[in-house]
Amino acid sequence: MTQSNAVTTKKVISRTSGIQESDYRWGFVTDVEADVAPKGLNEDIVRLISHKKGEPQWMLEWRLKAYRHWLKLNAEEPKWANIHYPAIDYQDIHYYSAPVSKAGPQSMDAVDPELVEAFNKLGIPLQEQKRLAGVAVDAVFDSVSVATTYQETLEKQGIIFCSMSEAIKKHPELVRKYLGSVVPYSDNFFATLNSAVFSDGSFAYIPPGVRCPIELMTYFRINQADSGQFERTLIIADKGSYVSYLEGCTAPMRKSHQLHAAVVELIALDNAEIKYSTLQNWYPGDKEGKGGVYNFVTKRGKALGKSSKISWTQVETGSAITWKYPSVILQGDNSVGEFYSVALVNHYQQADTGTKMTHIGKNTRSTIVAKGISAGHGNNTYRGLVKIMPSADNARNFTQCDSLLIGDKCGAHTVPYIEVRNPTASMAHEATTSKVNDDQLFYLQQRGIAFDEANYMIINGFCRGIFKELPFEFAMEASQLLRVSLEGTVG
Amino acid sequence: MTQVLTKYDKYVTAFQSLERSQAAREPQWVRDIRQRALSRFSELGFPTARRGNENWKYTNVGPVANANFEYAFGASRDGEKAIELRGIAPWGQDWVNLVFLNGRYSEVLSTKPSSAYAARVTNLADAFLRDGEVLEKHLARHATFDDDGFTALNTSFLRDGAFIHIPEGESVQAPIHLIFIATGSDRPSASHPRTLIVTGKHSKATIIESYIALSPAPYFNNAVTEIVVGDQAQIEHYRLLLDNTEAFHIGTSQVYQGQDSKFTSTIFAKGAALGRNNIHVLLDAPGSSCVLNGLYMTSGTQHMDNYINIDHAKPHAFSRLNYKGILDGKSRAVFGGIVVVRPGAIKTDARQSDKNLLLSRDAEVNSKPSLLIFADDVKCGHGATAGHIDGDSIFYMRSRGLDIDTASRLLIYGFAREIIDTVQVEPLRVYLEKLFLGALPSFKLLFGERA
Repeated sequence: MTQSNAVTTKKVISRTSGIQESDYRWGFVTDVEADVAPKGLNEDIVRLISHKKGEPQWMLEWRLKAYRHWLKLNAEEPKWANIHYPAIDYQDIHYYSAPVSKAGPQSMDAVDPELVEAFNKLGIPLQEQKRLAGVAVDAVFDSVSVATTYQETLEKQGIIFCSMSEAIKKHPELVRKYLGSVVPYSDNFFATLNSAVFSDGSFAYIPPGVRCPIELMTYFRINQADSGQFERTLIIADKGSYVSYLEGCTAPMRKSHQLHAAVVELIALDNAEIKYSTLQNWYPGDKEGKGGVYNFVTKRGKALGKSSKISWTQVETGSAITWKYPSVILQGDNSVGEFYSVALVNHYQQADTGTKMTHIGKNTRSTIVAKGISAGHGNNTYRGLVKIMPSADNARNFTQCDSLLIGDKCGAHTVPYIEVRNPTASMAHEATTSKVNDDQLFYLQQRGIAFDEANYMIINGFCRGIFKELPFEFAMEASQLLRVSLEGTVG
Repeated sequence: MTQVLTKYDKYVTAFQSLERSQAAREPQWVRDIRQRALSRFSELGFPTARRGNENWKYTNVGPVANANFEYAFGASRDGEKAIELRGIAPWGQDWVNLVFLNGRYSEVLSTKPSSAYAARVTNLADAFLRDGEVLEKHLARHATFDDDGFTALNTSFLRDGAFIHIPEGESVQAPIHLIFIATGSDRPSASHPRTLIVTGKHSKATIIESYIALSPAPYFNNAVTEIVVGDQAQIEHYRLLLDNTEAFHIGTSQVYQGQDSKFTSTIFAKGAALGRNNIHVLLDAPGSSCVLNGLYMTSGTQHMDNYINIDHAKPHAFSRLNYKGILDGKSRAVFGGIVVVRPGAIKTDARQSDKNLLLSRDAEVNSKPSLLIFADDVKCGHGATAGHIDGDSIFYMRSRGLDIDTASRLLIYGFAREIIDTVQVEPLRVYLEKLFLGALPSFKLLFGERA
C-alpha cells in the first residue's frame, strides 16, 4: 500500500461551554483523547483513512475510485430536495476522528472508561454486567466502532456482527461481494463521498436458516467538533434467516453544523427477512436554528431473493436537516418492502424524507406509511417514489402519508412520484394534511385532561401505527423523544 | 444568448416579419409586450433540460424544439367557406361561435353575437383597437412569461385570438364556443392562439374551447388562455383537445379568481402525439372555489401530460381536482398536480385525485400529485391510483350473460362516466359521450382474470 503523506494529530477535546439547551439531554461532550486527521479532503486523506484501518489494497482502490468520481461531481450536491442550507465547505471537515486506543479493544475492560461512561450516559451500557438484555450493541464513536457486545453469543449461531473495519479484515469475501451492490459508489453525491471516506460502521451476516435470537444494535455518536461522520453499514440475511436491527444516534450540542453522510445497505436472500429500525436523534440545533447535524443518508435494501422481506421503520426527531430515503428494490418474486416513518420537525429543522419502492419481481408488495409532524418554523417534506417495472406482474403498493401541522409558521409537503409500467399492477396513494382536531381536543379536555396533555395524546395516537412497528424499548423511547422534541410548542 | 438566438432563428425571423407587417396597425403597448416576450423566450428557450426541471420531468419537448415549424398565420385560406363546422365540432343551436384558422380569426365561419348581446365577444386583433383599456389591464398580466418558455413564445406572437368580456352583473345563457382549427399544410406549421376572458362581478358564463385538426398533417399548437373570474362570478370552462395524432399541443390556462367566485374547468383530451395541459389557478380571495375535472384517453405512442397548479393564496378557499386517464397501446400519461397553501391561507379545503386505467402492457403512467402546505388550519388531501379493472367485476358481468368485450367496454365507460357526467351543457355532453364511445377500443380486460 502506498504510504499516505497525511498524518493525524492527537488532541484532547475540551468540553464546550456556553450553550444551554436543556431539551437535548444527549448534548454533552466527552473528554477523550482523539486521533484526528487534518481538515480537508484529498487523495492523501483517503489513503490515510485506509491505512489507519489497515485495509487491503482492493478496499483502498474502491475508495479511490469513489473519490475520483466525487471530484467529477464538482462539489455539486443534489438540489432537488426541499431543504435550504449554506454551502458546505468540504475542506473544513475532519474526515477521520477516533478515540485513541492501542490495538482495538480486545475485551470490554480495555475500552476507555471515558467512553464507557459516555455510552452509559446515553443509556447504552457496554460493560458485561450492565448490558441491555437481549440486545447486542456495536457502539460507534466518531469514526470508529469502539465496542461490540454479545459477539461470542452470536458467533455460536454463526452470526457475524462486528464493525465494518473488522469485517473487511476477517470476512473480505462477503464484504467484497456485497459492498456497493445495493448502493454503488456512483449512486449519489453523498454516497460517493461516503464510499471514499467511510471510517467505520456495522456489519452483520446471518447464515442460512438462522433466526437471530437477539436484536442487533448500532449506537452512533458524533463527539469531535467539525468532524463528519461517515459510517457504512452492511447487513446480509442469507436464505431463510431473520434479523431485527436497531440504530440510534446522538451528537453533542455545538454551534456549528456537523455533517453525517452514512450509507446503509441491506441484502435479503430467499425467504430472509430484515427489520431495520432507526431512532434518529442527532442534535437538531437550537431554537434559532444554529448548529445541528446535517443528516444526508443513503439507505437502501435489496430484496434479492424470492419471498424475502425488508422493512424500514424510522423515527426522525433530530438533525437540523434530514435528507433520507430508505428504499427497497423488490427484485425477488413475491418479495415485500415496507416503510414506516415518523418525521418530526420543530424550531428551524428541515426534513425531506421518504422512500423509494422499485418493483421488479412478480407479485411484489410494498406498503408505505409516513407520518409527518411540523411545528415551530419547521419544514417537513415527504418525497417518495413507487416504481412498477414492466416485469412486475401483479405488483401491489399502498401508500399513506399524513401530515400534522402545529402552528402557522411551519410547512408540510407531500411529493409522491408514481411510475407504473405494468397494467396488472395496482397502486394507491393517499395523503392528508391537517392540524390537531379541535373536536378531539375538546373531548379530552372535557374529560379533565389538560390542554397540553391532550395534545400529546392526540399526537402520540397519530404516530401509534408506526411506534407499534418498533421493538418495545425503542417504542417507549420514541414516544418520549416525541414529547421532548415538542416541548413548549403545543398550546 | 447569441447561441440561443441562433437556435431559435426561425422564431426570430417570423417575429421580425410579424413586426414589420403589423407596425402601423397595433397600439405600441402590444408591440412592447411582444418585444419583451421574445427577449425572454430567447433566454428561456424550450424546457428541454429535464434534469432538475421538475415541471418537465417526464415530458420531453425535444421534438417540438427541434422541429422546423413555420409560422402559419398568413397561410392560404382557400376553401375556408367550405368548412362545415357542424361536422367537426360540438354544436349548439344558440351558441356563439368564434372560429380561428391557424390562429387567425375567420369572419366567414364565425357567428358573432348581435349588438344587443350582453357580453363583448370578439377577436383580439379587433379588441386591440377598441378594448384597449381592459386589455392593457389584463392581457399578459396573468399568464406571465417570466419563467415559462412556451408562454413567452406565445406572447411573442400575440396577434390574434379571442376576447370575451362579461360585464358586471350579466349572466350569459348561451355558451360561447371558441373553435381553433389547424387546417394543415405540406409543411409543419405553428400557431399561437391567445384567449383573454374577463368577467365582472356577479357575472355568469359558459365558455368552450375546441382545438380541432382538419388534416392528419403535423402541426404545433401553442395556446394560452387567461381567465379573470370576478367577485361572485360563476364561470364554466371546457377545453376539448381534439388534435390529430401527429400534433404537438401545449396549452396553458391561467385563472385568477376573485372573492366568492366559482370556476369549473373540464378538460377532455384525446388527440396529440404530445399533449401538455397546464392549468394554473390562483385563488386570490377568500371564498373562491374551483373544480377541475379531466378525462384523457391515449393510444398508440401518444404522450399526454397534465400539469395542474392550484395556488391557495387566501383563506377559506376550496378546490377539487378530479382527473382520469385511460391508456392504451404504448402511450404514456403524466400527471403533475400541485396544491400550494400559502402562509395564512387557513380553512383551505383542497383535494386532488388522479386515477388511471391501463389497458395495455406497454402503457405507462407517471403521476406526481404533490401538496405544499404552509398553513396549519387546513384540510388537504390527494389520492392517485393506477391499475386495471379487477377480474371480479368482469366475472360478475360475464356470469350475467355479457360477453367479455361488452363487459370490458362497459367497465371502462363506467370509469369515464364520472367525468363526462359533470358536463353541464347538454349538446356538449352528448357530443363527448359519442366521441368517447367511438374512441373506446374494443377490448378484453383479461389481466385481472384468475387463472
